[in-house]
Amino acid sequence: MLAYVEDDLERARRSRATLPAGMAGSGTAALAHSPSSRQRPRMNNASLAIDLDGVARRFARRWVLRGVTLRVERGEVVGLTGNNGSGKTTLLRIVSTLLRPTRGGGSVFGHDLVKEAAAVRPYIGYLGHAAGLYDDLTAFENLRFSVRMAGLDLGAGVLDEALERVRLDEFRDERTRGFSAGMRRRLGVARLLVRPPRLLLLDEPYASFDVDGITLVNELASSVAEQGGATLIATHDVARGRGVLSRTLRIVEGRLVQRTLDEEEAYLAGRPPAPPVEAEA
Amino acid sequence: MASELIRIRAMVWKDLTAERRTKANFNAVAFLAGAILLLFGFALGPDVEALHAAAGGMIWLTVLFSGVLSFNRSYEKELEGGALEALLLYPGDRRSIYLGKLIANFAFVLLVEAILLPAAAVLYDLPLHTVVLPLAGVLLLGTFGFVTLGTFYAAMASRLRAREVLLPLLLFPMLIPLLVACVEATQAILDGNAMGFAGSWMKLLVVFDVVFFVAAYFAFDYVIEA
Repeated sequence: MLAYVEDDLERARRSRATLPAGMAGSGTAALAHSPSSRQRPRMNNASLAIDLDGVARRFARRWVLRGVTLRVERGEVVGLTGNNGSGKTTLLRIVSTLLRPTRGGGSVFGHDLVKEAAAVRPYIGYLGHAAGLYDDLTAFENLRFSVRMAGLDLGAGVLDEALERVRLDEFRDERTRGFSAGMRRRLGVARLLVRPPRLLLLDEPYASFDVDGITLVNELASSVAEQGGATLIATHDVARGRGVLSRTLRIVEGRLVQRTLDEEEAYLAGRPPAPPVEAEA
Repeated sequence: MASELIRIRAMVWKDLTAERRTKANFNAVAFLAGAILLLFGFALGPDVEALHAAAGGMIWLTVLFSGVLSFNRSYEKELEGGALEALLLYPGDRRSIYLGKLIANFAFVLLVEAILLPAAAVLYDLPLHTVVLPLAGVLLLGTFGFVTLGTFYAAMASRLRAREVLLPLLLFPMLIPLLVACVEATQAILDGNAMGFAGSWMKLLVVFDVVFFVAAYFAFDYVIEA
């Protein structure tokens, strides 16, 4: 396990060495001198689902992300791993436009994350830690509300079909106050099914799910990718995503390190490291 | 435009349905309103002239405290379970969230007033049946301005830790001109001067409503994102 941690740190250091001079140091001082997105004109690449360039994010005095450069092609399902507090959720929130990067920038399907946030949002489907439900509404009403807030007025049949697919049809008219964590997440998935996004962002999607739920998430992730979109899955459990993940990235010291699925699984299982596979994130 | 109307209608429906089912907010607000009216009624004593003279102020003081309670609660529901983030991620104009909340809060405060006024008429011996229409005009204009600012500042305070404390601190100073106009117009109407003195205060209320509605509508996107 320790060998893996050292290996990750070494890769993070090497990736830092390839960054522009101002970004190469560590900590606040280095980032304070880093070139901002304003100084480096960037071309938004519409052919990429996600295109991040040196994204850094600070909370109070702590830099959570220190210069993430990431390109996700259409059709990819990318796994994002990292220790607790490594910045996985922060990265997803930046891509979803819920957070602004402190430095750096990026685009989603060619739309700038900050300047064109309103144009980015229609592409995004986000399933976070909390499903964002209203406890005093029923499952059906929650689903209908989410559809209407997207500006759509779908018929009850479409919504019922989605509830059936996530196996909540028998709880259709029950208020979500009494729902378990797994049921809440299933309803969150139903919201993504009725309005399939082009960029799916899943934060710990396998938590609280049974085997059917995990299959459901993986089917959704691969279906979005197959239709020309992309999926970014932040998870501690890459084994559950095996079969759908195109590649895995790990956040180490606020930067991305590419890992193969085997490497990541071996790391999580505490097995001795296999020879590393280097690739550009 | 059609999609924005769908969004606004969905927000109004969601807020009012949740409130209708739980009545948590309504019960708290109705109890507070009743307690304020009753306590001030006792404090002023059985002197009918003193009760009449204080009635306009008492009514709006009650509306003010009840409204602030409901504005805070309105955004609390969004913070529970990460619903606010889900709201912010929906495509479309975020100002429809504001409009939806504004309409729902407006309906809620009007409902509270519909219960509060008869109670005030009994406790303060007010001849409401003779001044129903002009009083309704002042209440509509005053409540709209109050809810416009209250909904806006509640959104601003919603992300802050001490929002219950901060909302009155932010809101009350801004409401001073509105409250003065409301109290003066209400008092003038209760005193039987519906079209003279009250009319000029009502014009001020119209100006206040228009200015603050436009300002809050266009600033909401920045406030909710911050």
